[in-house]
Amino acid sequence: MATAPATADLAFAKKRRLGEGGIKAVLFVCALLSIFTTAGIILVLARESWTFFREIPLPDFLFGTRWTPLLVPRSYGVLPLLGGTAMIVIGSALVAVPVGLASAIYLSEYASERVRGIVKPILEILAGVPTVVYGYFALTSVTPLLRAVIPATNIFNAASAAVVVGIMILPTVASLCDDALRAVPRSLREAGFALGATRHEVATQVVVPGALSGIIASFILAASRAFGETMAVTLAAGATPKLTLNPLESIQTITAYIVQVSLGDTPAGGVEYKTIFAVGALLFVITLGMNVVANRVLRRYQEVYE
Amino acid sequence: MGPGTEGVMMAPESTATEKTPEESLRETMPAPILETRDLSIFYGKNEAVKKVSLPVPERRITAIIGPSGCGKSTLLRALNRMNEFIADVRMEGEVLYRGHNLYGKNVDPVEVRARIGMVFQKPNPFPKTIFQNVAWGPHINGLVPRRDLPELVERSLRQAGLWDEVKERLGESGLSLSGGQQQRLCIARALAMQPEIILMDEPASALDPVSTARIEDLLFELRERYTIVIVTHNMQQAARVSDYTAFMDLGVMEEFGETDQVFTRPRHERTEDYVTGRFG
Amino acid sequence: MTASEWRGVPNLVRRHRQSLWLRRLFKALTWLGVVLLAILLYRIARQGAGWVDWDFLTSFPSRFPVRAGIKSALAGTIWLIGLTALISIPVGVAAAVYLEEFSRPGRLKTFIEINIANLAGVPSIVYGILGLAIFVRGIALGRSVLAGALTMSLLILPVIIIAAREAIKAVPQSLRQGAMALGATRWQTVRHHVLPGALPGILTGVILALSRAIGETAPLIMIGALSYVAFVPEGPMDGFTALPIQIFNWTSRPQQEFHGLAAGGIIVLLVVLLLMNAAAVAIRHRFQRRR
Repeated sequence: MATAPATADLAFAKKRRLGEGGIKAVLFVCALLSIFTTAGIILVLARESWTFFREIPLPDFLFGTRWTPLLVPRSYGVLPLLGGTAMIVIGSALVAVPVGLASAIYLSEYASERVRGIVKPILEILAGVPTVVYGYFALTSVTPLLRAVIPATNIFNAASAAVVVGIMILPTVASLCDDALRAVPRSLREAGFALGATRHEVATQVVVPGALSGIIASFILAASRAFGETMAVTLAAGATPKLTLNPLESIQTITAYIVQVSLGDTPAGGVEYKTIFAVGALLFVITLGMNVVANRVLRRYQEVYE
Repeated sequence: MGPGTEGVMMAPESTATEKTPEESLRETMPAPILETRDLSIFYGKNEAVKKVSLPVPERRITAIIGPSGCGKSTLLRALNRMNEFIADVRMEGEVLYRGHNLYGKNVDPVEVRARIGMVFQKPNPFPKTIFQNVAWGPHINGLVPRRDLPELVERSLRQAGLWDEVKERLGESGLSLSGGQQQRLCIARALAMQPEIILMDEPASALDPVSTARIEDLLFELRERYTIVIVTHNMQQAARVSDYTAFMDLGVMEEFGETDQVFTRPRHERTEDYVTGRFG
Repeated sequence: MTASEWRGVPNLVRRHRQSLWLRRLFKALTWLGVVLLAILLYRIARQGAGWVDWDFLTSFPSRFPVRAGIKSALAGTIWLIGLTALISIPVGVAAAVYLEEFSRPGRLKTFIEINIANLAGVPSIVYGILGLAIFVRGIALGRSVLAGALTMSLLILPVIIIAAREAIKAVPQSLRQGAMALGATRWQTVRHHVLPGALPGILTGVILALSRAIGETAPLIMIGALSYVAFVPEGPMDGFTALPIQIFNWTSRPQQEFHGLAAGGIIVLLVVLLLMNAAAVAIRHRFQRRR
């Protein structure tokens, strides 16, 4: 009597376990996809770049100051693109860092819960606006304003794009800095006040230094986003790769160049086509590097408050 | 009238030798440098401190004891206006420093806190160097010129009994010290402000017994120059360390007197129940 | 309190003044963000409101601004997001379930997590390059909606995985233990108890990920979503355009009227995003209250 149900149970259990194993395998493959994606990105970029760099020597690419892959005479120095991108990153940081950090300090050290409840969602909305909308805004509102104030401003210029990218990444800075500041325990603020410090002294000399690693990481992450930003700079910053220090001139960023080539009719396999991958590889490596540095800053220097 | 619930009134014809316990206390006790008068503190509708009149005699150690939730920390924080950071807090009554109301119209709370020091329950050194921890308060308040800061830091660390352990590593982070050392650092930090009064909110409760003993020894040394008010839930500590003790329960100050008297001959039943361990 | 009663703090007046000005500065900079958003929305509303009408929504793009509309772009976006959702939601949730419920801590798991974190920070145009090489050229899907959806799915997968993991983590252990104590297998526990409990959080995360996908332009440009499309896609292999592409195209033209059209398109896009985000917030609220 006792054996029959036991074997039936065992058979059922075995089937269940097999089914379970199958499902686990499917789930596992889905998780592995992330590794495949990274591998795919690296392989694709590396393979085409490899053939590119067989024709164009790497030093010419990295240190050359003329970028004219689509015009004769062809030149493949990437510095103008890097310079253009750098202008956007620096310009946007000039907007986003002070405003973002100041907002975070205000929200975490001064503002009431009610004000936080209004401002934080608005910042999230700012972050959710698609980048093409920011590009439109730069071209149709910021540039005309700039030209009204400084008539020498070009219709396409780095400044408009930088301002708008700054607005785009400002919520990132504000939100990450806010998290970092709020992680500083209340007891530290109390210690500051108990020594006869004013609110701004506690905020700037106790709390901000106590959240420094998170704040710096937020700057790096925001800069990384500005580096990879595409639509706003494509629409507003121009398509003329050149090395210049004048933000009122037209320039071209790495990302805008990639868009330009894609919109054109470049045959696959030619050197022009491969510039997409060479430049894309540079973009990938730099943004990845920035993200890694930001995370390392967080991990190594994060203040430990029990 | 002093603390206590009997409210004995002196009849005009009574002889001069018949003094109430409160009056004899007032005669032998040094004049209070700080005192509260009918102080009540409300959190919203909850009255956490009820009409407390506590005298803090100068250059003595006054302990405030009582069961959890009796309002002793709230009372302590009212003395240096640290309650104001809590939303929805309301106060009635006065806190007098040498006769002047600390909550008066023209009194700057920042200045009050610069003059009355505080040490907290859990050590909370700044994430700065040991030197900066001690020097920051005097520096922003402009108490001494910059070049005199190292001397002030050394003096404060010596007074806190920490100098010998850290003199070689003033540039290291304050957070790299042990718990007991961190608390002594916080004491040094408070001493550097050269206060007359130091408030301590259960300063040893987060520490191991050895560190606790060191802190208690420290209090004996500090007593000569500073007035100390210490809140503690450890009765033995209060008995060991303090000159005067106030017992609070449910927001009311049930008794105040010389420590010896409060612990061995308490005047009120509630006090006796507490110090003999019947509750709390 | 007079200074004679105790040694006065000499510099308080100056410090209080500094404190006041700094507070004002911080406050002003904080509200600056709000003001900028208001200006942005106002300008776009002004420039585009006149262009949005029923004809706008139901016409194809045209060389003549008066006759142009976003019909093909809307249809393309719907196809694109629909396919993206179909692909990315199951894969993303599956990966999250694996990582939270089945995997054991170890080097492989850490490696996967590092990958996901890094992928979340890769610029979207790089995903476009990947999609071009693998989906459009590699497996020869051409410039189809399917290629676009696959590319978009890769883009938003890290976002979905991270959000789904948070939602799954939030399900209390006691629920799992109760089920397993009754003899349920891991998968049965997940399927019948954990996932339903995590559903609101997953849904919210998915909606937010998709709303990001709707606004993305760069990857679509890379895989060749066309800009002048006068037809509606009828299958996953058809060519297509999308709302952000159309907006980009119109904005790129020098004529003022096309800018107005672009603004109109932006209004439609923002309205769609607003609805999606409102839905996400509503879901979050409703299920938070239930707990």
